[in-house]
Amino acid sequence: MAEAAIHTSALQGPQGRRPKSLLSPRRIVIYGLLLVAAFYYILPLYVMIVTSLKGMPEIRLGNIFSPPVEVTFEPWVKAWSQACTGLNCDGLSRGFWNTVIITVPSVLVSIAVASVNGYALSNWRFRGSDLFFTILIIGAFIPYQVMLYPMVIILRTMGLYGSLSGLIVVHTVFGMPILTLLFRNYFTALPAELFKAARVDGAGFWGIYFHIMLPMAVPIMVVAMILQVTGIWNDFLFGVVFTKPDYYPMTVQLNNIVNSVQGVKEYNVNMAATILTGAVPLAVYFLSGRYFVRGIAAGAVKG
Amino acid sequence: MATVTVRDVVKKYGELKVIHGINLSIAEGSFVVLLGPSGCGKSTLLRMIAGLEPISEGDVLIGDRVVNDVHPKDRNIAMVFQNYALYAHMTVRENMSFALDLRKAPKDEIERKIAWAASILNLEPYLDRYPKQLSGGQRQRVAMGRAIVRNPEVFLFDEPLSNLDAKLRVQMRTEIKELHQRLKTTTIYVTHDQIEAMTMADKIVIMRNGYIEQAGSPLEVYDNPDNLFVAEFIGSPSMNLIEGRVEGGRFVSKGGTAIALPAGCKAGEGQAVVLGIRPEHTHPDPAGALEARVGVVEPTGPETHIYFELDGRDICAVTRERTGVKPGDPIRLRLDADRIHLFDQASGKAIR
Repeated sequence: MAEAAIHTSALQGPQGRRPKSLLSPRRIVIYGLLLVAAFYYILPLYVMIVTSLKGMPEIRLGNIFSPPVEVTFEPWVKAWSQACTGLNCDGLSRGFWNTVIITVPSVLVSIAVASVNGYALSNWRFRGSDLFFTILIIGAFIPYQVMLYPMVIILRTMGLYGSLSGLIVVHTVFGMPILTLLFRNYFTALPAELFKAARVDGAGFWGIYFHIMLPMAVPIMVVAMILQVTGIWNDFLFGVVFTKPDYYPMTVQLNNIVNSVQGVKEYNVNMAATILTGAVPLAVYFLSGRYFVRGIAAGAVKG
Repeated sequence: MATVTVRDVVKKYGELKVIHGINLSIAEGSFVVLLGPSGCGKSTLLRMIAGLEPISEGDVLIGDRVVNDVHPKDRNIAMVFQNYALYAHMTVRENMSFALDLRKAPKDEIERKIAWAASILNLEPYLDRYPKQLSGGQRQRVAMGRAIVRNPEVFLFDEPLSNLDAKLRVQMRTEIKELHQRLKTTTIYVTHDQIEAMTMADKIVIMRNGYIEQAGSPLEVYDNPDNLFVAEFIGSPSMNLIEGRVEGGRFVSKGGTAIALPAGCKAGEGQAVVLGIRPEHTHPDPAGALEARVGVVEPTGPETHIYFELDGRDICAVTRERTGVKPGDPIRLRLDADRIHLFDQASGKAIR
């Protein structure tokens, strides 16, 4: 019975060459390289986590790869709430909240504006829209350093220099070129008939935007969100240039903690502080990486 | 329901003129098909009537109202697109109610209209599905449902059947025609498929390169084409055309084949002309005057297409008989003299 089954399956089964076995030389090379690459990237993270869980005496022994003998969370507590930066000794928590206050509105405002920009540029062609778009794109290629001082003057004139709202304006403006490009290309790739059908159905500029375009733009929204959250969270330059010490974002504070010259270098606290600072972008990637790849591909097909 | 009038309409993209002053009047409740090869301007004209494309010169009237500067949403039109253009994130019901919701129509009226449209289009079981869960034909019906719930004055169809497979296309063709007979709404339908045009239209408007070549009822344009382009474009297999001149009241082809012309023919002596004869008026007949050799034989079932060469041009004869001719056989042909069309070779215009 079993033999008969094998015979018929051999006769009627799939044609062509047999699939290669799991351990062909090709596969070994591919997986070997992937493992090496993964190892290369995971090792620093491992060292950081391990070090942050050790006490200073244990660190002084010098075995940076060995796991902690005695696990302690004290460096984490210290990094979060006690480490000193300048005059303040309330740890990274102050910077964390500053960064949250900067990031949330910057992300929301820049995405809101850029999605309307992209929608208008792809669907409501106006005289000079191509020129406008070109100028915006060129903006993406100008180094930020060039614009720092003019931006300081603009903010000062507006009376926003040194405040959190000033920094939010800066982030929104600087996110505009790349986000607009992203949204424009996404909306251009949608079938033009959708837009026309909605117009005939009776929707106007905002009606089409809210009822048709926005619900269809969820994947690209996620991409924009990830780009902006990580970009703004990780920003150091604008944070240090456009704010005062009281409003320093987390990254600037991290730098101040790690680079303080007084006293003993507390490697465990530094490691914990660094992980804390990087935790949010890391979490964002882990939670939405799938969308990220899909959205980037979706936006890239046409444009 | 309304008439649609197109008056001296011109469309330019910068310097490029794509529509050259078109005049067209569409009667209330009629079904007009804009037919032509791709790039002839038929879709552009439709989009101008819809208000999706600005009009460079001239006027478009719906009823008695000039609508050049009226937004599409205020023209009281509905449009069905080739790729359906359904809103993917909305259910069938929401797709159909979208326009009514935007107009803030009362809830019970929306419900009633959707139920009515769904029953006409057999969409009742699918109202709560999303477009991606429907087949091509069902999606097309949803697109039509979205149009009819609005009870518009004019329906615009932009190649609505091009994305469907052949069998479904025939079925939907009938459905659209039935829908029109039921609703009697003025309809403008764009297609490049002459069978669709012939079967559905009250009036066919044949366009080329931004000009109207001929407008008339399907049989009018089929039986009396105004020019060579229309003669060749309408009909499948297309009309046989033989170049030659008029000599002694007869047509003489370049290769020397002489064909008798019908009495009362207005072609001048010595005029360079093109003779046109439809395949179904070209008969294999042992007593025929023309002699040729069979090239290809295509049996379609009800009829057989026999291709042969005459003076270097492929000529087709359609017969319902089982002739049994084979490629290479010599064949004699008879042309129906009163079905012969003559066109001026230089201008392409019909000589009548």
